[in-house]
Order: sequence, then structure tokens, then C-alpha cells
Amino acid sequence: MKQLMKGNEAIAEAAIRGGCRAFFGYPITPQNEIPEYCSKRMPEVGGVFIQAESEVSAINMVYGAAGAGARAMTSSSSPGISLKQEGISYICGSELPCLIVNIVRAGPGLGGIQPAQSDYFQAVKGGGHGDYHMLVYGPESVQEAVDIAYDAFDKAEKYRAPVMILGDGMLGQIMEAVEIPPMKDPATFPKKDWVTDGTGIGSNRRIINSLYIEPDALETVNHRLFARYKEMAENETAFECYKTDDAEIVLVAYGTVARICKSAVNMLRANGIKAGLFRPITLYPYPYEVLAKIAAQDSVKSFLAVELSMGQMVEDVRLGVNGKKPVEFFGRTGGAVMSPEDIVKVVMQKEGR
Amino acid sequence: MSSISIDKEKCKGCGLCVKACPKKVIEISADESNKSGYFVADPVRMQDCIGCTFCALMCPDVCITVEK
Amino acid sequence: MAVVFEKTKMLTDVNFHYCPGCTHGIAHRLIAEALEELGCEGKAIGIAPVGCAVFAYKYFNCDMQQVAHGRAPAAATGVKRVCPDKVVFVYQGDGDLASIGTAEIIHAAARGENITVIFINNAIYGMTGGQMAPTTLIGQKTTTSPHGRDASVSGNPIKVCELLSTLDGPSYIARCALSDPANVMKAKKAITKGLKNQIEGKGFSLIELLSTCPTNMGITPIAALDYVKNEMTKIFPLGVYKDIDAAQK
Repeated sequence: MKQLMKGNEAIAEAAIRGGCRAFFGYPITPQNEIPEYCSKRMPEVGGVFIQAESEVSAINMVYGAAGAGARAMTSSSSPGISLKQEGISYICGSELPCLIVNIVRAGPGLGGIQPAQSDYFQAVKGGGHGDYHMLVYGPESVQEAVDIAYDAFDKAEKYRAPVMILGDGMLGQIMEAVEIPPMKDPATFPKKDWVTDGTGIGSNRRIINSLYIEPDALETVNHRLFARYKEMAENETAFECYKTDDAEIVLVAYGTVARICKSAVNMLRANGIKAGLFRPITLYPYPYEVLAKIAAQDSVKSFLAVELSMGQMVEDVRLGVNGKKPVEFFGRTGGAVMSPEDIVKVVMQKEGR
Repeated sequence: MSSISIDKEKCKGCGLCVKACPKKVIEISADESNKSGYFVADPVRMQDCIGCTFCALMCPDVCITVEK
Repeated sequence: MAVVFEKTKMLTDVNFHYCPGCTHGIAHRLIAEALEELGCEGKAIGIAPVGCAVFAYKYFNCDMQQVAHGRAPAAATGVKRVCPDKVVFVYQGDGDLASIGTAEIIHAAARGENITVIFINNAIYGMTGGQMAPTTLIGQKTTTSPHGRDASVSGNPIKVCELLSTLDGPSYIARCALSDPANVMKAKKAITKGLKNQIEGKGFSLIELLSTCPTNMGITPIAALDYVKNEMTKIFPLGVYKDIDAAQK
């Protein structure tokens, strides 16, 4: 049965139904409904909720809890996610699964509290130190965010890496009718033989660690991580092609901006311009290959990346298109959001109409 | 009659046991070194050992066993 | 003759990497012995810091997590909350706990987090090469206070036990010194008490151990013990700073 839920609360409930039993967070707008919801809901399901003293502590609590075997998550918004970067690097280095939700707000600095997509680089290129990646999703709707959060821990545990949901203020605050799947039974979760739950002793003891003093040992770890990322790219890459089959101009956008672009595509088509939208759902791994195929289509004349930033994902669009067709950019920042009409106007101008 | 035994390969010759021993049983050897190159602790006056365990309590490398 | 002292089973056979005379080894032994005596085999999880004791995960014969600099109390919170029946101990140095990790330790203490923290205070940064620590004494020379710590430039040493004992959360706060056999025995008792409090669900405990760093102090291991006993204890007096059991009596 569908129910009307705010994005932030729906994400929290879906994560809990997906097995999350430990939430550690710190208040920051516009994601506060996630910790608020968890503070009420976790005790009902026998889980743990702590409002930490900082985002730094919250992510390290996730480290501890995930290392001890729990399905643990944290959420925050841009400045808070910056504070978590140290912990995220350690979590990736120590190969711990968890869920991190970033309800992005405009930056840099304290920025604003309105929606933005300016944390894309931080999320997909590695905001912390060292060679690592996370499985990063950019859902366009509350339902999609719910579905991702619901399965996030299964994927995080499969690859022993964090899953990040990169939302924005719109996704977090909007209310939509959603179907939340039933509670998963923890008994069905795959066993984790690496957790430090205290039972280890002698040759069975487990160590959660990201320190490798010997260069060869650390290089081996990095290769192991990247072998997993390769596997992740093969299995998890997700995207949507919207009216791209005969498109001449292909918009590329993710998250809530993609929804605005879909309206723009239809308005452009009504004006006789064959527009389409390519929407990456996974931002890491990025669907480069599909984008390359679209770029190779005879019909396609050019791409327009549309983002709530000064142009971040557009760099991945260029990598995917690889010079085959021109790639242009249209963005709004500071929390300002473009309308479908704005996008139509930009495309019409480029088309000389 | 008490005695101590020192795992000399673990000993780093720091001398804390020498200072702790109330009976001056132990000295740092002037010529015996281990594989790590440390001149090691040597119980030269074992007959005086009273098994008080002070040497072991202070040994930072936990390389002393005491019998009493 | 019977064996009256041997290495505890709660330490692994791996040789400590510490410098000769460094008291980290004594602290490790005391914790491991207390764990064994309290029956924590197969029930303990240790949190290793950043600093010289970063390799503590090699030495304790139990599950271990190595965590980011200063964040051990936060990670331990995560562990303990999802494994409430296990014994969680945290091992931190003065840079880790009293400088970069002040927020984490204060709030773990304020929450009364049911963990046991062993705080090694040797008044200097060891691993990075002898820089000034938050607990460096006034006038003490380090590689970043080459003319001696000057309070007008670098402030005064932080007294962790005094600070934390003002909070309602902790059940037991004590400062001991690893300077001589008698004080080492007292330290063992304090560590045992801290772990026992955790097992009994009494909440947060912290045992500060005044320790040495002969290498970076630039003195012999024995002179370093004397420094602890004669100089450090003047600024960091030994004793029990909080004990809810004593308060109840």
C-alpha cells in the first residue's frame, strides 16, 4: 500500500526495513527528519540511535558499529558530509559496509540550505584522502530513494564498501506517495566472518584496520578495492534513457534535476525539437559506456549537462562522450533551481530558434 | 629458592628490571647481545632472587617469567 | 617452585615494536592481565588509537579495531552500543585523547558510555618524533617547543582526570603512574576496577597512566621513570578523581 511520506523519513524507514539497526547523526538542515525519525523508530525495532557530538564522531560511531557487524548508517548535509570525509576514507580503507545519506545543500562553506548538486565531485571522485570509491546513487524520486535505501546494506556488504545516497533538499523535503517494502529478516542476511564482535581469540581474532606500513601490502589492498569497484561497475551501473532513441539533443541530468529535464524534453518535443534525457542513477560507477553508445548514435548532435552546480558531473559526461559530440553545460547554483522553461530556452537558443 | 627466566630475544636491554630488583640480581650484559642487537638483561646473582616479581612488573616487553 | 609470574594469554606472541624502556608494554600487559582475570577471553573488543600504540591491534589477543586519530571513543561507542554484552576497551595517547580527540572523549564520558578508556599520558608525541603534547609540562623541551613549553604561547597542560571528573557520566576516573612496581600494581587495580565497572554496567571509566617516552624525552629509560615520578606527578597528581562506589558508601 502506498503512503504519503516526506523523502527524508521514507529513506530512514526504508533503510530500517533493509536491516539498519544503528543510526548515528548530527543535526543539519535539510536532513533533520532522518535523525528525528530514527530517534523515534530505532527503539521500536531494537536498534540504536545516538545524536553524536559532531559529524566526525557520528561517522566514527558508524565505523565502530559496522565493524562490530551491525547495519549502520549516518546522514547529513554538505558541510556535515565534509566533516565525515576522514571517517569515510577510514571506512573505505577498512572495508566496512554502511549507508551514508547526503541531502545536499548549496555551498561552498556554510553556503545555503536550498537544494544543490555541488557535492558531486566529493561523492564520486573521493572527498577524503587516498584511493577509494563508494557506490553512489542519485535518485530522482522518493520511491527510487526508498528502493535504493532498502537494498543499500545488501550491496554495501557484498562489496564491503559504503553506499551513498546523494539526494538534495528537494528530495529530502518533498512528500510523495511511496510503497515501502516489508521488513527484511536479519536471519536471511549473509554471515560476515570479519566482524569484531568480541568472540575472536587466538587465530580466530579479527582486526578492523586501514594501516599497512609495508608498501606492497597497501598496494595489494588498493588493488583488491579496485577489483571490487570493477565488479561494482559490471553489476550495479544503473541509468535511464528517456526518449533518447531518436534524440538530436540529449540532456544529461541526475536526481531531482532529471525530473525537471523530463518536462523540458516534452516541451522541446512539442516545439519540434527532438530532445531526450540520459539519467545516470549510479553516479559511481558512472554509466560511461551507455553514454558512449548514445554519443555514437547518428541522430545525436549534442549533449547538454544540466546540474545544480557550476559544472561537476559534466566532466563525466565529457569522459563518456569522449569528444564524439559537443557537450555543453547549463547550471544554477546557490540553491536556485532551474525551471523546465529555463532549460527549453537554453536549448532553443543553442538551436538558433 | 626463587628464580627468573628472561626471554632474551624479546629483551631490549632497557634496564627497568635492573632498577626494580631490590636484590640487584640482574645486570645488563656488557657482551651478550640478541638477534636485534640489544645487550640483554642477565640474572647474574640468581641465588639472591626472592621471587618478588618486581622485575617482571616493570619489564615493558613482558619477557620475564618468575618462579618461587 | 611454582610459576608466580608469566605472560598473560590475553597478549599475543608478537614482539612489541616499542622503543626500549617505553612503558606502553607495561600498560598493555596490565590491561591484558585484567581482561584475563575478569574472564574476558572471547568477549573483548579493543580500540587502537593513532600514535605509537597504533599497532596495539597486533598485541591484544582479542578482536581489535584500529581507528582514526582521536576518534576511538566514538568508534568504541558504536561497538559497545551494538555489542552491549561485550567488554570494550579503548587505548589512547595524550595527543589522541587530549588534543585531536577532546570532543570524542568528553562526550563519551558525558554519555556515561559503558566503556573503559586507558589514557597513556607521557607528555609528548612519540610516533611523530617528540612534538609538544597537550600534556607537555611548562618548560619541557620538545621538537616544537625547543625552548621549553611557554604557557603564554602554547597554554598549559590539560588535566584530563580533573576535567572529566566534573561530568556526571563517568563511574570511575583515576590517575596512576607506571613509574615503579608499587605504582604499577596500583595501576593494575585501577584498570581492573574500570573494566569491572563496565562488566557491571556502571558506565564510563578512564584510567590515566603517567608514562614515559625515553626516546623523545632524550633520557634513559630509568631517568624517564624518575621524570614521571618527580616532575609529572607534580602537575598530574595521582589518585582517584571519581568513584561512584565510594560516593555511595
